[in-house]
Amino acid sequence: MHGVWRHRRRREQRGDVEFKDYYQTLGVKRDASGDEIKRAYRRLARKFHPDVSKEADAEKRFKEVGEAYAVLKDPEKRAAYDQLGANWKAGQEFRPPPGWDQGFEFHGGGFTGAEAARFSDFFESLFGRGGSFTPDFGGQADRTFHARGEDTFAKVLIDLEDSYQGAVRTLTLKHTESGADGRPHIRERNIKVRIPKGVHQGQHIRLPRHGGAGVGKGEPGDLYLEVEFRSHPLYRAHGRDVYLDLPVAPWEAMLGASVTVPTPAGPVTLKVPPGSSAGRKLRLKGRGIPGQVPGDLYAVLQIALPPADSEAARAAYRELEKAQPFDPRAALGVKP
Amino acid sequence: MTDDRWILLTGEVVEENVELTLAELCHACSVSAELVFALVEEGVIEPAGQVPSRWRFAGTSLRRVRLAVHLQHDLGVNVAGAALALDLLDELEALRARQTYLGDRSGEGDA
Repeated sequence: MHGVWRHRRRREQRGDVEFKDYYQTLGVKRDASGDEIKRAYRRLARKFHPDVSKEADAEKRFKEVGEAYAVLKDPEKRAAYDQLGANWKAGQEFRPPPGWDQGFEFHGGGFTGAEAARFSDFFESLFGRGGSFTPDFGGQADRTFHARGEDTFAKVLIDLEDSYQGAVRTLTLKHTESGADGRPHIRERNIKVRIPKGVHQGQHIRLPRHGGAGVGKGEPGDLYLEVEFRSHPLYRAHGRDVYLDLPVAPWEAMLGASVTVPTPAGPVTLKVPPGSSAGRKLRLKGRGIPGQVPGDLYAVLQIALPPADSEAARAAYRELEKAQPFDPRAALGVKP
Repeated sequence: MTDDRWILLTGEVVEENVELTLAELCHACSVSAELVFALVEEGVIEPAGQVPSRWRFAGTSLRRVRLAVHLQHDLGVNVAGAALALDLLDELEALRARQTYLGDRSGEGDA
């Protein structure tokens, strides 16, 4: 790990970045037509779109695909990129040759990915930071808003417990802003924000006047924080409702029992009714995420089988077999 | 670089107790009013109030409009296509929710 870091640092000091093979990223040949490139991009964008895809690295892949498309769809950028030659391999250390882009005039034809504010170091070494940046305005927005700062969005990752108790989170925000020179650049800042009790996955916390700076005398925009739950080892949340897999012994399920159940607000006692089968949902009313109408907590029963790892346990299973004629496959229409 | 680290910011949860005007929704999503009209026409979002100047959108509209805009920009779909995708995503979410309460059985493979 240390070696990799040192290597990376050395590379950064020299101004080298990793070469990116944009044709490989889109899975097209170097002589692909504009239409082929567009088709490849669309297909991959649908596949990895972070709002649609559940693939683990969807967001990263989507950005890579978007970056590759931003270069290859633009005849000027593509020609300049092609000029680097076909001998470069993805991941190879790369430094743009001096004057490599001489004679090319870029018109900043933008990538439309609304969230892909930042491309790779490789992209920036070639086309500069913000070469990709297209302000997201629909173009016909009412003139009265022009002076107000942009509303900005960021994600805030919280634990389920935070929504039960409320919490305070410090986060570092990065966003692209138009500088005095009119060019977009990355601005970083820290904020400390209260996570309100009862907030849940996908909701937005609005912080008025903490978005992008206004133009001229215009007011700053608002900052919206989209709440995302960290995955929890015990609980799954959906809306305000929370689900927990609750293992019970066969005798607890069949004879009924009082069992202690963890909840994000602390353990509670739950009555398992006799004759419960696996998958049965037992509701703990109002023990979900708090709110005006609090959610419920559901314990989903799972029957845990005691191991037959001693003579006594084996004897007990045999006793049960004798005492209870039982065909678990009766519904399958075959003889035992 | 600004550092607001020591000021504790308190916001409001948009989906809970905020209604957005047409202007607020347009500004938050960086879209034109025309696009919002088109989304209302497709039934993607439903404002309360008779005339656009008095429209009030539920806080949940924010997420839907943003999603529609992302799909339009990134995948090149038109408004009707975005509306269809949103409906399908709703359905997908409902199915995933079902999977949530049934418990994730994906780990169970062949014998």
